[in-house]
Amino acid sequence: MIKSESRRQTFYMYLFISPWLIGFLIFALYPILSSLFYSFTDYDIIHPPKFIGLANYTEMFHNELFWRSVTVTLRYTFISVPVQLLLGLGFALLLHQTLPWRGFFRTAMYFPSMVSGVAMSLLWYWIFNPQIGLFNYMLSWFGIHGPAWLMNPDTALYALIIMSFWTAGSGMILFLAGLQGVPASLIEAANLDGAGRFRIFLNITLPMISPVLLFQLIMGLIDSFQVFTQAFVMTQGGPNYSTWFYVYNLYTSAFKEYRAGYSSALAWVLLIVVMLFTAVIMRLSRRYVHYEGGSQR
Amino acid sequence: MSTVKATRPLGQPSRLRRRIKPVKIASFTALLITTFLMLLPLFFMVSTSLKSKREMLKFPPTFLPESWAWSNYADIFETLQFGTLYKNSLIIAGFSVFGTLLSSALVAYGFARYRGRGNSFWFILLLSTMMLPYPAIMIPQFVLFSQMQWIDTFLPLIVPAFFGSAYNIFLLRQFFSTLPEELFDAGRIDGCGELRMWRTIALPLSAPALATVAIFAFIYSWNDLLTPVLYLSSSDKFTLPVGMASLTSSRFRIPPWHLLMVASVLAMVPIVTLFAIAQKQFVEGIVLTGIK
Repeated sequence: MIKSESRRQTFYMYLFISPWLIGFLIFALYPILSSLFYSFTDYDIIHPPKFIGLANYTEMFHNELFWRSVTVTLRYTFISVPVQLLLGLGFALLLHQTLPWRGFFRTAMYFPSMVSGVAMSLLWYWIFNPQIGLFNYMLSWFGIHGPAWLMNPDTALYALIIMSFWTAGSGMILFLAGLQGVPASLIEAANLDGAGRFRIFLNITLPMISPVLLFQLIMGLIDSFQVFTQAFVMTQGGPNYSTWFYVYNLYTSAFKEYRAGYSSALAWVLLIVVMLFTAVIMRLSRRYVHYEGGSQR
Repeated sequence: MSTVKATRPLGQPSRLRRRIKPVKIASFTALLITTFLMLLPLFFMVSTSLKSKREMLKFPPTFLPESWAWSNYADIFETLQFGTLYKNSLIIAGFSVFGTLLSSALVAYGFARYRGRGNSFWFILLLSTMMLPYPAIMIPQFVLFSQMQWIDTFLPLIVPAFFGSAYNIFLLRQFFSTLPEELFDAGRIDGCGELRMWRTIALPLSAPALATVAIFAFIYSWNDLLTPVLYLSSSDKFTLPVGMASLTSSRFRIPPWHLLMVASVLAMVPIVTLFAIAQKQFVEGIVLTGIK
């Protein structure tokens, strides 16, 4: 009886998850494995791949554009991701209080996240225009003569970083959800014990929302490693390769230079780096991230 | 001890409230300033989209158009075959949303309701695919779809959605797990089949979560640039993002800023409409499902 029940459960589970299982095999597992194979070949997508061993990988490490794409992407990531997290958390903390116009503020801050993609790139392309754009105009209120932003190799990457802060509202929504899960009774108890705001935040709120923080940190890193749209629409990787992002480099190698083998090697390095980063963060976070006993399901 | 009690009597929160007030004023001010900064670009997006070609080049930029050039909105449909772009994007996004909803809800139900063998193994595998960067699988997928003669059709942009998407499956699975077992027991006693329980019990109760997934899927498909750039080659098949990206190309000596902004405004319309309709369910959905 028990055996047949568990068999029934297994049968229906596989029946229901079969769309994903099939999709996983066709759209994830098979491409990953063939991408690994291609990475050891010379391949232009039209002619059959030719095995060349580790040549793609050794070339990569001697390729100046590869290293440029790595530094550009890491610089972008290490500034944009932490600041976006802090802004999102800050907005969420502000909005978690009972204030007038709460709904308006919440919607207004989330709004820019709905523009993401090409429309956002077009808008900021204008904002950063040195002659007629909004950004330098606002800087001029404070007597600052702004640079040529996207046309200047020293500032183009920072312009894209500034633009990324605009969508911190999407993180805010997730943090707000997390904050609502913090039991009010805990905070009241701490308040009665005489704990100040900062202490309550550090010892109660932060640990309770740490899973949200961890989730956003990992997803933020993965997204940031894959920046493409901004480079494609606004800068084409320039000026002087100052916004030559990793995935833009990968895209150009595959679909402009028709070097799918080399590009696959780039893809595998990206995959390994993402896995490494995730593993390290998960390991480091084990001590700090707090999961409630019953909330795992 | 007694002094503490004297300064902060438990039954009177009014003192406490008065003490918090400056913080609230500061928070409110901070929110006003940041919201102003957040909305300013959007304001200029709309305002610039209504300026004449001459006025868009003015510095400092005018806050409101001197003369409202509504014709910009008609122009873009001529210069950019905007209608075609819009239609293509809507078709692709529509099918993607439908596919994502259907398959993600099925798969999530399977993970949430049936403790079959290997449940947690496959679930962890599913979660780990969220970390899989698209560029890592992009080239073999391209080869696969080109062998199937799917290049320059909408199929590569639609079909994968019908196999579920990890993040949405995860979200819905969390939601389905919170539905009480008794409901399904009752359904079983009434002789409901498994698929019918999914359709008549689980789905109707999950409106907020499904609305959230629908919005996520729509935004994702509507904004996607890389996949359509790879697969679509003839311009009458382009999606909105691909067509808009071409606006910045070097064929213009001076970018037509007013038209770029018209395109951006129009690209936002469906998303904002969707959000306005489903906002309550959307936010509720995120809060309910949580992301732990």
